[in-house]
Amino acid sequence: MMKKWFIQAFASLALLVSGMALANEVRIDVKAPISMSDKASLQRGAKNFVNYCLNCHSANYMRYNRLQDIGLTDKQIKENLLFAGEKVGETMRVSMNPKDAKKWFGAAPPDLSVEVRARGADWVYAYLRSFYKDDTRPTGWNNQVFDKVAMPHVLYELQGVQVLDHETHTLTLEKAGKLNPEEYDQFVGDLTNYLAFMAEPAKQSRLWIGVVVLLFLSVLYVLVKKIKVEYWKDIR
Amino acid sequence: MATNKKTIAAGVLDWVDTRFPLTSTIKGHLTEYYAPKNFNFWYFFGSLALLVLVLQIVTGIFLTMNYKPDAELAFASVEYIMRDVFGGNIIRYMHSTGASMFFVVVYLHMFRGVIYGSYRTPRELIWLFGVGIFLVLMGEAFFGYLLPWGQMSYWGAQVIVNLFSTVPFIGPDLSEWLRGDYLVSDATLNRFFAFHVIALPLVLLGLVAVHIVALHEVGSNNPDGVEIKKHKDKETGIPLDGIPFHPYYSVKDMVGVVAFLMVFFAIVFFMPEMGGYFLEANNFVPADPLKTPAHIAPVWYFTPYYSILRAVPPIGISQFPGVVAMGLSVVAFAFLPWLDRSPVKSIRYRGKLYKRWLTAFVISFVILGYLGTVPGDIWGQFGPWLGRADRATVLARICSVVYFAFFALMPWYTKKDQTKPVPERVTYK
Repeated sequence: MMKKWFIQAFASLALLVSGMALANEVRIDVKAPISMSDKASLQRGAKNFVNYCLNCHSANYMRYNRLQDIGLTDKQIKENLLFAGEKVGETMRVSMNPKDAKKWFGAAPPDLSVEVRARGADWVYAYLRSFYKDDTRPTGWNNQVFDKVAMPHVLYELQGVQVLDHETHTLTLEKAGKLNPEEYDQFVGDLTNYLAFMAEPAKQSRLWIGVVVLLFLSVLYVLVKKIKVEYWKDIR
Repeated sequence: MATNKKTIAAGVLDWVDTRFPLTSTIKGHLTEYYAPKNFNFWYFFGSLALLVLVLQIVTGIFLTMNYKPDAELAFASVEYIMRDVFGGNIIRYMHSTGASMFFVVVYLHMFRGVIYGSYRTPRELIWLFGVGIFLVLMGEAFFGYLLPWGQMSYWGAQVIVNLFSTVPFIGPDLSEWLRGDYLVSDATLNRFFAFHVIALPLVLLGLVAVHIVALHEVGSNNPDGVEIKKHKDKETGIPLDGIPFHPYYSVKDMVGVVAFLMVFFAIVFFMPEMGGYFLEANNFVPADPLKTPAHIAPVWYFTPYYSILRAVPPIGISQFPGVVAMGLSVVAFAFLPWLDRSPVKSIRYRGKLYKRWLTAFVISFVILGYLGTVPGDIWGQFGPWLGRADRATVLARICSVVYFAFFALMPWYTKKDQTKPVPERVTYK
């Protein structure tokens, strides 16, 4: 009993000390806040994606009207998310030529349709939160989970400027951005949630179809088992 | 009226039977094909393999309706199927899950053959046709895996085709001939598509047909490894321990089918990637000939052989010994009927020696399978006293030796093994 109390006290003390020392530390080893039932988050994420990512990154396999799956109507999509005269049935293309992009950035921005399936949502969430200032890079930015990344920190106005402590490998916020750290985490959390949705829009429907299929098969199993037992009664 | 109808039906059947062996085929293969009554759990996997084959063909036909075998369009067409084709995601997941489940079922089916000695006289040809099916299935899976045109598809194909370039003298020309280009490209994709959707499925169907015809000629083995045809009813000539396949095993296999489908659809609907083992994360990145992935691993069903390939040290700079060892590790199964010299067939009546060897083989196979999915330096290196060899590589070498010893020493240990007396008739309940 005593021992347990001591351990708890020690743990909370250690937490307090480390909390004081690293008040500005940004933790990147956390799970992405993925929730397909949170339609508001998905809609905010879609808006963030269209506003901040879709200028350079395409989502060539994603149709705008698929956003109906997260509760938007064609009219809402048209009014809020289409800026260049696209039709709602079109996919999310960009006009930037991949060859030019390669010349400008050193690498063409990848299509993001299935990025979460390739990298995992947690990685994407960490990636968007771990840009830091690095003057040795042509863009002035580097990233802790993607070293020497070609992409500049597009969201730095929102997040502010992070710096990396090369000894402890921790990030600290040097200059605040328009959003405070919680707001920024929510911003990229929504964005990651949307990217996860976009990677497989039909995922939700397959989950409930799966439940129906398995229920059907369970009933069928009982029936075929009964038939089998009935037939095999006379085998000795 | 009723008698009239019956006469018409019987007349039609008569008409067909004088022109085609319909009734006699149904009798010979179903209603009067006598199978041993003591089949157990292991005997579900033959019919399940047939079920998966049909599932693969049917889902494959629907995928072909929307898939584009073109390096520029392939990746996008798969995503089109996943998003815009009605039910396309389910059809695609059924096909990708089916590929892996085909190997699960076939491995269990082969293991059944091994433990009950189903390859022994007079069933050697059934076994050889089966090994043929296994080889063709591996080819079918390999060609199919290129089609989504993701990074793993592309580099996996690159690695496998390059294996042929290790053949002395003709190697480089051979691999170029197989690819149809200097590297895996649109030409390769097109020919792999042709092999995957028509050439190999035709061979597969033919082999499955002769596998079953040969089986029904000699009759099924059983968990006791005794011949039911030795004890027949004197009047009817029906084996005393045999029961008609239909209805007894058709209804029993239905139970297996539904149980299998529950597992199958649980994967299809709830975890189609199977933690990266059925669908690899890197395959959601389109193929890029200029960007080699840091770690290239084949799909799980090839990894035991891939491990053997990596475990064999090169001679000079030639990797050919590893390639030969990998080929041998797959073909070795074909020699089982002539390597096994035990007086008994079934594991039930074998002695400890055989059981130990079999256990060692299964453990080695599983370890090799795991090691094939991870980089060779996953567990670090041994100290300088072992030349700083990768720990995982050393273990893979030990397992490879056990793997081949299981086959090479089989004539010796099966002969020496202390077997138990085999009953005259099958044991049931």
